[in-house]
Amino acid sequence: MFGRFFRRDAKVDEGVKKTRSSFFGRISGLLGRTEITGELWDDLEELLISADVGVDITEEILGSLRVRHESGEFKSGEDLKLGLQEELIDLLKLEEHEAPPLLANGLTVVLVIGVNGVGKTTSIAKLGKYWSGQGRKIILAAGDTFRAAGAEQLEVWAERLKLPCVGSQQGADPSAIVFDAISAAKARGYDLVIADTAGRLHTKVNLMDELRKIRRVIDRHEVPSRSLMVLDGTTGQNGIMQASAFAEAAGLDGIIVSKLDGTAKGGMVFSIVADLGAPVRFIGTGETADDIAEFDPETFVGALFDTD
Amino acid sequence: MFENLSDRLQRVFTQLGRKGKLTEKDVDEALREVRMALLEADVNFKVVRSFVARLRGRTVGSEVLDSLSPSQQVIKIVHEELTALLGEPSRLAASSSPPTVILLVGLQGAGKTTTAAKLALHLRKQGQQPLLVAADPYRPAAIKQLQLLGSQLSIPVFTQDGVKPPDLAANAIRQARSNGQSPVIVDTAGRLHIDEELMTELEEIKKKAPPTEILLVADAMSGQDAVSAAGEFQRRVGITGLILTKMDGDARGGAALSVKEVTGVPIKFVGVSERPEGLEPFYPDRLASRILGMGDVLSLIEKAQETFDETKAQELQKKMRSNTFNLEDFLDQMRQIRKMGPLNQIMEMIPGLNRLTSGAGQPSVDESDLKRIEAIILSMTPNERQRPEIIGGSRRRRIARGSGTSTSEVNQLLNQFKQAQQMMKMMAGGKMPKNIAGLFH
Repeated sequence: MFGRFFRRDAKVDEGVKKTRSSFFGRISGLLGRTEITGELWDDLEELLISADVGVDITEEILGSLRVRHESGEFKSGEDLKLGLQEELIDLLKLEEHEAPPLLANGLTVVLVIGVNGVGKTTSIAKLGKYWSGQGRKIILAAGDTFRAAGAEQLEVWAERLKLPCVGSQQGADPSAIVFDAISAAKARGYDLVIADTAGRLHTKVNLMDELRKIRRVIDRHEVPSRSLMVLDGTTGQNGIMQASAFAEAAGLDGIIVSKLDGTAKGGMVFSIVADLGAPVRFIGTGETADDIAEFDPETFVGALFDTD
Repeated sequence: MFENLSDRLQRVFTQLGRKGKLTEKDVDEALREVRMALLEADVNFKVVRSFVARLRGRTVGSEVLDSLSPSQQVIKIVHEELTALLGEPSRLAASSSPPTVILLVGLQGAGKTTTAAKLALHLRKQGQQPLLVAADPYRPAAIKQLQLLGSQLSIPVFTQDGVKPPDLAANAIRQARSNGQSPVIVDTAGRLHIDEELMTELEEIKKKAPPTEILLVADAMSGQDAVSAAGEFQRRVGITGLILTKMDGDARGGAALSVKEVTGVPIKFVGVSERPEGLEPFYPDRLASRILGMGDVLSLIEKAQETFDETKAQELQKKMRSNTFNLEDFLDQMRQIRKMGPLNQIMEMIPGLNRLTSGAGQPSVDESDLKRIEAIILSMTPNERQRPEIIGGSRRRRIARGSGTSTSEVNQLLNQFKQAQQMMKMMAGGKMPKNIAGLFH
């Protein structure tokens, strides 16, 4: 779905047929009509919940829209749709101080974190290519020393992208690898270290402690560091627990929402941004190094209503 | 937001109860709370709608309306219906003409490769001779990952450079047949259900390497859209079973219910932990409790297992079985529980006990309680700790003086300990005690 907005090469294959439930077609049709009926409110609720926006925010938004409607603000379904989009976009906008530029001017360390299987390593490949394109001199740190072939996976990408990568054996101390990568960056005049970490469930106390340790070790280098959490776009409400726990353990300077090229909408970001004030920086839309885009609230919300 | 369902229902019914007799409208209030709880648990919107509609039939009868504790009744009904919906656990099928072929499919990152290794280990422990097949040529180091796992577990892994997955799988089966290996567990690449090319590839694999089982590996934290993928996989290649992964997290797991409803196939296993041993049979009632946010004693045990010293845990097991659990061990366990983390968190995981934390905001067992218990036990002689039954009146008075507590506090501890002993006995005997809260009172 998002791929259609963001893919730069013509990957929209004739054969790539996107199945979309007739539901969205109906919504689009209904919202275009003049009448605002009870059924329309139900359909809006279904749209939001089905997008993983969550019960609380859905009720909040619909409540607010109802008040506006009662005061005569909406004349048609189309007006209501625009009102809804407005409210959603508002939730995603953060103040300047809440979303400073992600990278510092000089050497910056970006620590990529998240639960298992969200797409951290693939996202690093994308970030590597993206920031290289902006002129950054990048060194990668293969900090997933736990999972079988975790480091190898990043090394394959490093090879493809022609980026240096600091790696080690399975079972090595991830803090040490990241530390070494920063030392190497300083010695060779690089200005960006992107560090991969092992996927970890946020409920595992010892693994979250390990993350705290990695951040402490990074701080020893006295270099600006940023934590970027990768959130799987198909995740449900648990995404909020994840963001909260990772924010507490390692800080949260940004979120990448991955796998938005499927049919999931990534709606849990509304809660995360509104409640935690954590900015969404990028979205991921596929498995190649090009499938990344900077996050834009208007486009993201527009895609919620996308009916292809 | 994730307030416990039983608390919410209690609140609803307490407000309503003041009006006297309950009406259908009151039950609708309660069902609204149930609906919210299920949606928060990521159960699909449409599945929730039909489920709650079905519930209504049962809940507006006298079972609830005339009950002394309507919230408990509603919970009981909801739990029963959920458990029934989640279905019975089911075995893996075996092929009448070996080898048995198990195809693992699913979205990216679900945990197929890790699950393949777990499945292989599980089946080998049952006496079979599994062959793992690395049929993901796309993801960087995917083949390497399975090879490493295979070598760690001493399970053979079939790979072929440059051969497409459908042919590769067919070749693997041929090899397995001649070597007497079974089952053949085929790990495939993660794929989007809307990726026409890859879904066609899956159909090809099915055609060239006809599987005995096609298992959809699905992440327990999946949201509303899980049904889209599941439905499409079902439609294109047919699914015969589900494996839910990452159940050791705190996702409520409502997607499991939705996927089961949409595909109609049984949940065969759940994945807990990344370790190869982390594959467990599926318990519908436990998942039902979890979806309802009613506490998950299993998680508690797992959390305990992580912090408990492995050797101490084995010793404890031995003692539980042989009924030699004594106050030394009790002290030890108390200290271990302290290590597990804030008592609040632990308490929230225990059904019934979690009620104690929500009201006052303070657990009724806190650090000072533990310190007091520790002091009392430390004032006992080793003999008294090992055989607490010898602690008579004069010993109790001595212990109370030595620990700076009162004889009634010493009595209370000894009673608690006796209850703990009984609980241990029941757990060792395979039964879960109903009232763990009693331990702390």
